[in-house]
Amino acid sequence: MGSVVALIAILMVLLSGLSVGLVNDGVSGLQRMKATSFAFQEDVGKDAAFSRSVFDREAVGVWAEQDGVEQAAPFGNALVNGKTDRDVDIDLALFGIEPESFLAPEVAQGTALSGAPDEVVISATAAEEGVDVGDVITVEQTGAELRVVGVMGEQHTFGHVDVGYLPLRTWQEIRAGVREGDQVPDRVYEEITAVAVLGADVDLPAGDRAAGTKSLTTEESFGASPGYTAETSTLKLIQGFLYAISALVVGAFFTVLTIQRKQEISVMRALGASTAYLLRDSLIQSLILLVASAAVGVGAGLALGAAVSTTAMPFALEAGPIAVATVSLLVLGMVGAAVAVVRIVRVDPLTALGENR
Amino acid sequence: MTDHSVVLDQVSLVHGDGDETITALDSVGLEVDRGEIVAIVGPSGAGKSSLLAVAGGLLRPTSGTVRIGGVDLAGLNRRRLTELRRTRIGFVFQTNNLVPALNAVDQLRLPLTFGKVENPREPRKLLEEVGMEHKAKRRGHQLSGGERQRIGIARALVTRPQVLLVDEPTAALDRQRSQDIVALLAHETRAQGVATIMVTHDHDVLHHCDRVHEMIDGKLATPVSR
Repeated sequence: MGSVVALIAILMVLLSGLSVGLVNDGVSGLQRMKATSFAFQEDVGKDAAFSRSVFDREAVGVWAEQDGVEQAAPFGNALVNGKTDRDVDIDLALFGIEPESFLAPEVAQGTALSGAPDEVVISATAAEEGVDVGDVITVEQTGAELRVVGVMGEQHTFGHVDVGYLPLRTWQEIRAGVREGDQVPDRVYEEITAVAVLGADVDLPAGDRAAGTKSLTTEESFGASPGYTAETSTLKLIQGFLYAISALVVGAFFTVLTIQRKQEISVMRALGASTAYLLRDSLIQSLILLVASAAVGVGAGLALGAAVSTTAMPFALEAGPIAVATVSLLVLGMVGAAVAVVRIVRVDPLTALGENR
Repeated sequence: MTDHSVVLDQVSLVHGDGDETITALDSVGLEVDRGEIVAIVGPSGAGKSSLLAVAGGLLRPTSGTVRIGGVDLAGLNRRRLTELRRTRIGFVFQTNNLVPALNAVDQLRLPLTFGKVENPREPRKLLEEVGMEHKAKRRGHQLSGGERQRIGIARALVTRPQVLLVDEPTAALDRQRSQDIVALLAHETRAQGVATIMVTHDHDVLHHCDRVHEMIDGKLATPVSR
């Protein structure tokens, strides 16, 4: 039984790592933004808000005047394919911002956005793929050239694609498909994806009514990241089943163990062990077995996870989710054990005297 | 009769068996004093184990009175009966009733973990007394049948019980070991002043006992010759 619990613990650590990895890959670009909410085009669906929302930037001013709003800034989002001048293929989630706004990213290498139109600051994960400060990325859709001036210190990805921060005007041109030499209509420079809002206590519905937008908190907006909801809900479903299976496996094991111990338990009852003593004894045994097996499994899972982390698979080991998974395994395992050991109540001490009574 | 004895007075036990009722014990009367070892013999199904079960508070009789050390078991609830078994009664079972996970000395410590026991015997000393100190760290499967039974006897005595109820202690032992085990039981009974009732099929060990009763169809006959 210990090995089964250990295997379940390994699976839980790996699923937890995969889950965190997918979340990081899906929305770490949003998680690491300072915005507390995003206001999108009013009639756009939540699951496609970042890709379909387009509206006039005058909403930024309306939002800036709302109670509780510390700052409001225009935000643009677009997914593009690119290639560097050193022939490195790179897909980017372009985050168009005003470099002087609160959305401007901090860089760990190179320099921050200065306002020049061709600058881009990229995610640390893009640098790991071979893109470096000084490289020039050509956006395949429009031929626009972006000069990498800085690299952020952490993973910033959106929909499994590396984030690149660039000036809002450049983003607007790329989104509109403007090529060099094209006449750019004025309205292009009015279009944004969302208003990024910073404020701890903002009345979002009131702001939406005033600005004609539809707001999502930053956490809610994760669901608007491509594939995020489908991926995380699938993993949560698998984790849920794994918890249920672990409870059933542990419960089944202790049911069999209790049946096997029937003679021993009947002897102890005859010798004067109370039901409370026997239940406590069995539950402590269950807990020791579960904790020891889970510890072995989590240890093995961490070792395996550390190896997986070095591959391209979206995988990240974080203490919090692993602790939650381990505690859940222990709690549900104990629930299963508790249901099983209740059989002790029905063990008759007469059994100890043999069959000839 | 003294307070330190087991008394069964007109005890009957009737239970159902399909559509029929079976009288396992039929107006059984038995008194055993301190330091006395009494054997109950008889064919299988005669009611010997039922007598032990009733005397040990594992079964409530249909009628009659059972007293252990002067305490009428009829007045005790389930919790008090459990406490009485823990503190006043020692059970010796057939050979394979040791707890598999425990070594010999821990088998003796086990009953002391069930709850408070006044003035228990020291497990290691008791192990020495039954000649098993050299096997203190052995588990049940590492011991012979006779050794397991010695541990079982010591386990029953560790709480200093007033009554020892012994169920077929020689069932799986050869002749010599059977003699040794029942001699040990008789010695401890007298040395510790315990009232012992031993159920057995083995007529070769009866000379160690103070009295022998034959049980047939739930009735206990007057003492028979050994």
